[in-house]
Amino acid sequence: MDDLIVEFLTETNEGLAALDLDMVRLEQNPNDKELISSIFRLMHTIKGTCGFLGLPRLETVAHRAENVMGRFRDGNLQVTPEYVTLIFESFDRIKMIVAGLEETGSEPQGDDSALIEKLDAVYEGRDGNTQNTKDGSKGDGKEDELQALFDATPVLPQDQWHTIVTVPEGDEGDAAKAMEEAAAAPPPPPPAPAAAPAAKADDHGAKASSGPVAEQSLRVNVDVLENLMTLVSELVLTRNQLLQILRAQKDTEFSGSLQRLNHVVSELQEGVMKTRMQPIGNAWSKLPRIIRDLSMELNKKIDLVMEGENTELDRQILDMIKDPLTHMVRNSADHGIEMPADRLKAGKLETGRVVLKAYHEGGHIIIEIADDGKGLPLAKIKEKILKNGLATEEEVASMTDQQIQQYIFKAGFSTAEKVTSVSGRGVGMDVVRTNIEKIGGSIVLKSVEGKGSTFFIKIPLTLAIVSALIVEAAGERFAIPQLSVRELVLASSKSSIKIETIKGTPFFRLRDQLLPLISLKQLLGLENDGGDDENRYIIIAQIGAYQFGIIVDKVFDTEEIVVKPVSNILKNIEIFSGNTILGDGSVIMILDPNGIAKAMGETDISDANAGKKTAQDENKVEKTSLLLFTTADGTPKAVPLSLVARLEEIDTAKIEMSSGTAMIQYRGQLMPLMPFDSSVNLKTPGKKPVLVFVDETSTMGLVVDKIVDITDEIVNVQVAAGAGGVIGSAIIAGKATDVIDVGHFVRSSNKDWFKRHGDEAYGEQSTEGRKVLLVDDSPFFRNMLTPLLKVAGYQVTTLESPLHALQMREDGEKFDIIVSDIEMPTMNGFEFAQKVREENSRWKDTPMVALTSHATPQDINHGMNMGFSRYIAKFDRDTLLSTLSEALVSNDASKVKSAGGLQ
Amino acid sequence: MSAVTTLERMESSSNTRELLTLNVGDQIFGIPILQVQDVLGAQKITRVPLAPPAIAGSLNLRGRIVTAINMRACLGMPDRDAGAKTMSVVVENNGELYSLMIDSVGDVMNLPYSDYEKNPATLSPQWRSLCQGIYRLKDKLLVVLDVPRLLEGLQPQE
Repeated sequence: MDDLIVEFLTETNEGLAALDLDMVRLEQNPNDKELISSIFRLMHTIKGTCGFLGLPRLETVAHRAENVMGRFRDGNLQVTPEYVTLIFESFDRIKMIVAGLEETGSEPQGDDSALIEKLDAVYEGRDGNTQNTKDGSKGDGKEDELQALFDATPVLPQDQWHTIVTVPEGDEGDAAKAMEEAAAAPPPPPPAPAAAPAAKADDHGAKASSGPVAEQSLRVNVDVLENLMTLVSELVLTRNQLLQILRAQKDTEFSGSLQRLNHVVSELQEGVMKTRMQPIGNAWSKLPRIIRDLSMELNKKIDLVMEGENTELDRQILDMIKDPLTHMVRNSADHGIEMPADRLKAGKLETGRVVLKAYHEGGHIIIEIADDGKGLPLAKIKEKILKNGLATEEEVASMTDQQIQQYIFKAGFSTAEKVTSVSGRGVGMDVVRTNIEKIGGSIVLKSVEGKGSTFFIKIPLTLAIVSALIVEAAGERFAIPQLSVRELVLASSKSSIKIETIKGTPFFRLRDQLLPLISLKQLLGLENDGGDDENRYIIIAQIGAYQFGIIVDKVFDTEEIVVKPVSNILKNIEIFSGNTILGDGSVIMILDPNGIAKAMGETDISDANAGKKTAQDENKVEKTSLLLFTTADGTPKAVPLSLVARLEEIDTAKIEMSSGTAMIQYRGQLMPLMPFDSSVNLKTPGKKPVLVFVDETSTMGLVVDKIVDITDEIVNVQVAAGAGGVIGSAIIAGKATDVIDVGHFVRSSNKDWFKRHGDEAYGEQSTEGRKVLLVDDSPFFRNMLTPLLKVAGYQVTTLESPLHALQMREDGEKFDIIVSDIEMPTMNGFEFAQKVREENSRWKDTPMVALTSHATPQDINHGMNMGFSRYIAKFDRDTLLSTLSEALVSNDASKVKSAGGLQ
Repeated sequence: MSAVTTLERMESSSNTRELLTLNVGDQIFGIPILQVQDVLGAQKITRVPLAPPAIAGSLNLRGRIVTAINMRACLGMPDRDAGAKTMSVVVENNGELYSLMIDSVGDVMNLPYSDYEKNPATLSPQWRSLCQGIYRLKDKLLVVLDVPRLLEGLQPQE
């Protein structure tokens, strides 16, 4: 593209940005003559250049807009919001044409006649506005000619005229002096861009007319500065290298010079960094216009206050936060600030305020975006959380307000009822947070319902040179940005910090939080060489509010490193955010904690207690721990692990026979052994695994061929086999597995196995023939318990759902005792108990025992209130039988009592 | 890049071009000498975990980070025995530097364009995408490497 056009584009874009700002100001101060003049001058310059470069479309629009501005300047047209909107429209049109010009190198085709007509109508006083009358002469041509003549004539600008003209009458001598003074006075500074490094066409430089006096400045191409930056970085690295060598040596003649070099390089680095610094006001320049348009669109009154706009930050960072800032300001306007009427009702001023603040703190820039609107609607957020299934009701109830507020950072989250053009699409805050975290920053939210919300963004001053901690894993070194390292911890058997495992995932306890851990070696697929299992160094990394630990082998020191982007080929490995050259010349990769967190599978980054949650979740899922084993025929078999007391291995040579039963001496007692089936040969020499079942004083060993595994699965017994010893088949670990009936085996070994409980206190009669109703939706448990109960002498009826049970009640069936689960899909145990205890229920007095995995004091209380006589935890086999008998006996006793006599 | 092509054009007008020959396995390859920035001996290479197998790692060349490419892996050949010395040829592509790890370098040969032939049909598809053409030398075939294409092929698929 033509160099001239390129320059034009840069200047015009800058001009347009300044125009936006000025127009907004003008609207608020309609009589500010200075403002009007400066706007007029800008428009004029643009028009002139367009004409010169042969850009007719632009020239026309600019010219017509300038005409209207001229009328403002002449003072015969009042600046009203409607006119301001019209001028904005013309700015937008110019922007659009310029964009097209940028893209293709020539003006895009288009028709501006509608806009032109509007502008002309205003200019000529025929727009229907009674206040708008163009005085006197018609004949635009003539006026324009005059105007053109005026502009073409090199004269002193208007304000200087005043200086000359207002000399007191009759004072000739002074008049001469005054004229001299006026002539000597420096002309007002031309509207040159003040900002030092000029970015590409769409950057916004601060114009002299809109603020501070133009500083001495120079336009420098961005590439030149980038190059300079790279060279200085190299210099820094070389200096680091030299310093390292120097450290290793004693005093040499190099020391002095090197120290001086060190200082100079540090200063040079600082200086060059400064060239990349731009005032944050540049990122804010578009916001006044946006707020103005939004207030119009939403019919709200909003003021934008900007403090600290001269706070400087790195150009690169500026680019990256521009969009997030815009988004948040729009959010404040759309969601935060209420309608004027609502504000008055709430006792606030009609006009809402959005305050932007920026200041330095430590090595960071803090940006605050605050509004005095209605704050985050907690109720709505809670609703959204539940609706999107992000947490359960109980979890939500136990969260603090702050934790709930954090949910707005989740993808797809938006409590806006309607998607407006402004916001509501729910793609906002998570993207904002990601962008901010990408540059090593963080965002925190504080909100009080009814009062307002404030966002605090903290970003590092510069991206290029970063403090990093050097660590080692599997013999390779890596760098982690110091910013993300919260703490460094040593876990060893001697220290108080231990690594625990929950379901195979390592966690560790830091003060009172459970943090997930990841081994860096593992994550990177490196060999497990080097590093010491005794001592592990854990780097506690923090991303936003999410913390986790990275296990490494060694930790070295912190170094200032120059971040270099990874090669294109490697850019999709999210774990690395760059690479660098250390003082000793070696290349190392820089880890990205964000990428590591993602690789851990924890994309949820708002809950620091993820570990705790997982542990809690466990109880809710009904998985059974199963021991898998095989016998000679190789078919897999399973037994609930909770029933197995111990796993032993015996030498078949030690097996002794006693009255036909195989026995072995075990822990000072004789333990009867039973082969699982005929395929298990007790006579073959060698070792065989034994499942030991224990019950108070009885012990029994079930001999199998091979223990395969222990697994946790949701057991769904599908086929009920007829053969004694097997409850049925289920799919476990992907294979069809026989689930064995432990009861069968232990009874075969000792027919009194289960009867031990009942014999002394309760005669056989009391339980013989009693009818038990067992209600449980899990076929496994029904199958598990039935033999147990049968063996104890009960007549067992099993049902899947309380609804069937209630049906039976209607059909006239009666039971001696009801055993029921709590968690059932069709109707839960509490409701069932309630129904059973209803006034005219036939089963009103039947003892009910709850058998469930929910056994907290609340549950038990609740159960009792609902009508359960007893409440026991599942798989507590011992307690079940004793409880049943006990419940029956006490029931009998109470019945007998009420009948007025002893049995 | 434009400097190179201009020079290459100048070369072609003289009907020959200079190729740096290099050996990978049993095969001799050639790269137009103007594409070659450096020839290096054995270097200290930092592995990049999780990178594709063709990427041997990164190395430091006068302050710039260069990505090392294992040519044997690219050409589907087994790795060299440990301890064998490697050499590298440094090339540039899209502003980034790459170091092609090879077995050894040979001479710079000045070969006439008239001897340049298209890829023979018997060339395996994997090689075909990396080779521009061949030269028939006295007792062997020299394959001309298409370095830009090789490097493009390593870019991650979007």
